[in-house]
Amino acid sequence: MAKHGAARDDARAHDTARGGGIRRAPARKQGELDRLIHERLRLGIVSALAVNDSLSFSDLKKLMKTTDGNLSVHARKLEEADYITCTKSFEGRMPKTQYRLTAIGRRALEKYLDHMEALIRATRER
Amino acid sequence: MRMTSVRPLRPPPPPEPPALHVRAMDNLAFIRDTMEAAGSFTAVSGWGMVAVGALAAIVAVIAAQRPTAFGALEVWLASAFFLPIVMLAAIVEKARRAKMPLLSGPARKFVLSFSPPMVVGALLTLVMYQGGMVAAIPGMWLLLYGTAVVAGGAFSVKIVPVMGVCFMAAGALALFSPVSWTPWIMGAAFGGLHILFGIPIARRHGG
Repeated sequence: MAKHGAARDDARAHDTARGGGIRRAPARKQGELDRLIHERLRLGIVSALAVNDSLSFSDLKKLMKTTDGNLSVHARKLEEADYITCTKSFEGRMPKTQYRLTAIGRRALEKYLDHMEALIRATRER
Repeated sequence: MRMTSVRPLRPPPPPEPPALHVRAMDNLAFIRDTMEAAGSFTAVSGWGMVAVGALAAIVAVIAAQRPTAFGALEVWLASAFFLPIVMLAAIVEKARRAKMPLLSGPARKFVLSFSPPMVVGALLTLVMYQGGMVAAIPGMWLLLYGTAVVAGGAFSVKIVPVMGVCFMAAGALALFSPVSWTPWIMGAAFGGLHILFGIPIARRHGG
């Protein structure tokens, strides 16, 4: 039952992720906050993928406690920026959507962590 | 009687937005919590376990060459001081590389669950040593180390408690097998199991 539910989630991810050309994230100036992963849900997706080889759409949905549409939209934004990759396959007849963090995404998360640490350090030094 | 509500002329000022560093700390906490909930990161260092396993295998060979059980026990007791230091250094390094706080929620729970059986083991070692039950000490060590790993591993990735169960099985085997087998069981468990489980932990769970 649960498996079918997960498969339905993945099928929705297949549908929602269709259409629209690939857009790249706008270039940022040095030291500027990465707005793309600053958003909570996207930050969560990147963080979860940073400690896993890959996660399915339903894994991420459970983890982030969010809706299909919301997750699809935010995952799509990360995909467009090349922060994550999305692989669609079938397990038997069930569609399966797997997400992976790319090297660019990992670097972005590291930079974001450095940025947060720098903010905290700067306050302590004041 | 109906009372009309009093509306102040000037609305109260909006609450101050949280300071930047507070938001930064909140974001870091969110990242850490998400990584922990994603369940694949473990503070336990796989490479640390491999190093401990390799050193334990050398210790086992040295201990096996001692003519008496007391002699072998002394070798293992000496190793009980430096092996945890190697493991601790590896854990600190792993946390530093992953930019994770050393004592995050699950790591704190791991330490709190892991420590009691280890303290019990130290006390029982003293009592059994004084009571002349030296032959049973290695089996007790393996059992309690396994118990500590199972208890601590409840807050970690699945492979950690599985390793603990294997140590407990080795402990049971050591308690009910001939004394001459004990050094080899100790070597196979503290050496072999650490290496066997350390490699997949290192590969799949962050080092």
